[in-house]
Amino acid sequence: MLQQWKPDPTFYPSPKMAIEAPAEEVAYVAAPRDDGKPDAMCVVDLNEASDTYGQILSRLELGVRDEIHHFNWNACSASLCPYAPHPYIERRYLVVPALRGSHIYILDVKPDPKAPQLVKTLTADEVEARSGYTRPHTVHCGPEGIYVSALGMAGTEEGPGGIFLMDHYNFNILGQWEVERGDQSLSYDFWWHLGYDIAVTSEWGTPPMIENGVSLEDLGARKFGHKIHIWDIRHRKNIQTLDLGDDYQMILELRPAHDPTKAHGFVNAVLNMNDLSSSIWTWYKDGDDWGIKKIIDIPAQVPENPDDLPPALKDIGMIPPLVTDHILSLDDRFLYISCWGTGELLQYDVSDPFNPKHTGTLKIGGITKSYPHPAAGPVSGGPQMVELSRDGKRLYFTNSLYVAWDNQFYPDGANGWMVKADVNPDGGLELDPNFFVDFGESRAHQIRLQGGDSSSDTFCYS
Amino acid sequence: MDAISWVGYISLGVFHGINPGMGWLFAVALGMQEKRRSAVIGALFPMALGHAISIGAVVLVIVFAQQQISGNVLGIACAVVLFGFGLYKFFRARHPRWVGMRVNFKDLTIWSFLMASAHGAGLMLAPLLLRMPTASAHSGHTHHASATMTDSATTLLSAVGVHTLSFFVVTGVVAVVVYEVIGLALLRKAWFNLDLLWSIALMIAGVVTVVMLFWGH
Repeated sequence: MLQQWKPDPTFYPSPKMAIEAPAEEVAYVAAPRDDGKPDAMCVVDLNEASDTYGQILSRLELGVRDEIHHFNWNACSASLCPYAPHPYIERRYLVVPALRGSHIYILDVKPDPKAPQLVKTLTADEVEARSGYTRPHTVHCGPEGIYVSALGMAGTEEGPGGIFLMDHYNFNILGQWEVERGDQSLSYDFWWHLGYDIAVTSEWGTPPMIENGVSLEDLGARKFGHKIHIWDIRHRKNIQTLDLGDDYQMILELRPAHDPTKAHGFVNAVLNMNDLSSSIWTWYKDGDDWGIKKIIDIPAQVPENPDDLPPALKDIGMIPPLVTDHILSLDDRFLYISCWGTGELLQYDVSDPFNPKHTGTLKIGGITKSYPHPAAGPVSGGPQMVELSRDGKRLYFTNSLYVAWDNQFYPDGANGWMVKADVNPDGGLELDPNFFVDFGESRAHQIRLQGGDSSSDTFCYS
Repeated sequence: MDAISWVGYISLGVFHGINPGMGWLFAVALGMQEKRRSAVIGALFPMALGHAISIGAVVLVIVFAQQQISGNVLGIACAVVLFGFGLYKFFRARHPRWVGMRVNFKDLTIWSFLMASAHGAGLMLAPLLLRMPTASAHSGHTHHASATMTDSATTLLSAVGVHTLSFFVVTGVVAVVVYEVIGLALLRKAWFNLDLLWSIALMIAGVVTVVMLFWGH
């Protein structure tokens, strides 16, 4: 491999500099399916000047029932981090984990950014044998390699799930990351505060608890995750566990402040067992320890006609907001929260991480509601995976959570779509009436923006 | 030590010093993280120490080898190692896997030692070291031996010292200027691949070693 003479132009030392980055022209969107046809990586045209704006430019077919999920770049701004700098690696490959199939696909976007090529497949056997884990979920590029989280232990499909490392030059799996996991067993997302040598991990459930739809039995027994774990990155050791209490089930997406001098972040709790509300929590450094505090409660709603509720919710008679993703702008100011159940997308100003201010709401889709899109009319599903451009001006989101769960909460169909909202710099947002991407019978999940976005990169300088 | 050697040790110190991966970038990052210039300055001392230890280790190996094997064999061995290492680094981009931003004096010393060693900073000095008169060359005159040994040690210490000092000054000046004045936008515009240049420098050092061996005397 011949080396580059200049650092990759998409690497930025600080979030402030990344905000100045040019606008993205394409998005890569994971499109799982439920009809026996292969999952695909789709490329969507985001260039407003283009004739094909808002259209799918290409589909690269991967495996059947793979459930491709939270893919990410092989390299990002973390390559500039001072303790192991290697800025001449290229942001070129998408590392795509199949949450159900357990394969990992490596796609090359350099020859044609509008039509990625599959250049390597790590089979499930290889992933499981080399990492010790199964069901890979989230990928993050770190300063010294690629980190991947996984839901379960290879062979058993039970816990503990955890993290494994991949080499960022040749994509070899280097093995399990943890040295001392303490009482961590359930796994889901992870991210870090590199300026503090701290990683954070969250908890969903084991493969059997989720793969046939959310197990209501396990939910009733409060077996889903309700903790986050704080790790010493240098010693790969769990140093503190923060328990939200088992009233709160499924603690998912971790969004640490992008500024490396800040030591706080946001995480969503999907379900409060007492009233079906969702909530957002702030974790923060508190002297030598870490703390966590609930900052936003999002209540369940009463349906106009309870008969419209899907079977899973009939007995309950309420629509839970099911907050299942959120994204933090690169200036650490705005948090965008997707309420997949109630069909709302909320914007909060979190400049003060303990006193959020509600600054905007979008409505689209939702269980029983089906708020329409200006271009497409009524839509299925609700706001789910959400991604924000580096300058914070364009918000994109899709409607699929996980195929089996889509079918449970949206049994009338969950045809995939992706929409865009324009963000007012002072707060507030509105849907772009000219942007509605119809994925047909495909689902649409994680979005990655060309050159980087608000959840792809880590910065080591403030 | 002649003028060429002095200039050589100082120039290589400058070359090592401007490489962001050898120290100044980490010093700047620590300053930004702690939001104070003294963190930048404080980082420079352990970095210089780690660099000196790495260089010193190579010096000791070469001095020891000079006692054991003939100058020509040693020269060729050094040339092969230098050229091979440079060639390897030219085609294979790799970097040490250090993890951690919260570092104390000891950590930074070890980090700097690892960085200098992994980059072959000391190796690059080999052509200069091989030019030095050695104690063994004079071992026939027994009664002068200890005096010569002392001279030799002084010379080698001066070599490591002057190289480290020039490294320290350049790293420090770059770190403070970047931290106070220029800012890190510099990284995006002006950080051309010093590692690649570095690998070429290693290969050149290998060639120079051979040239000196056969035509230098």
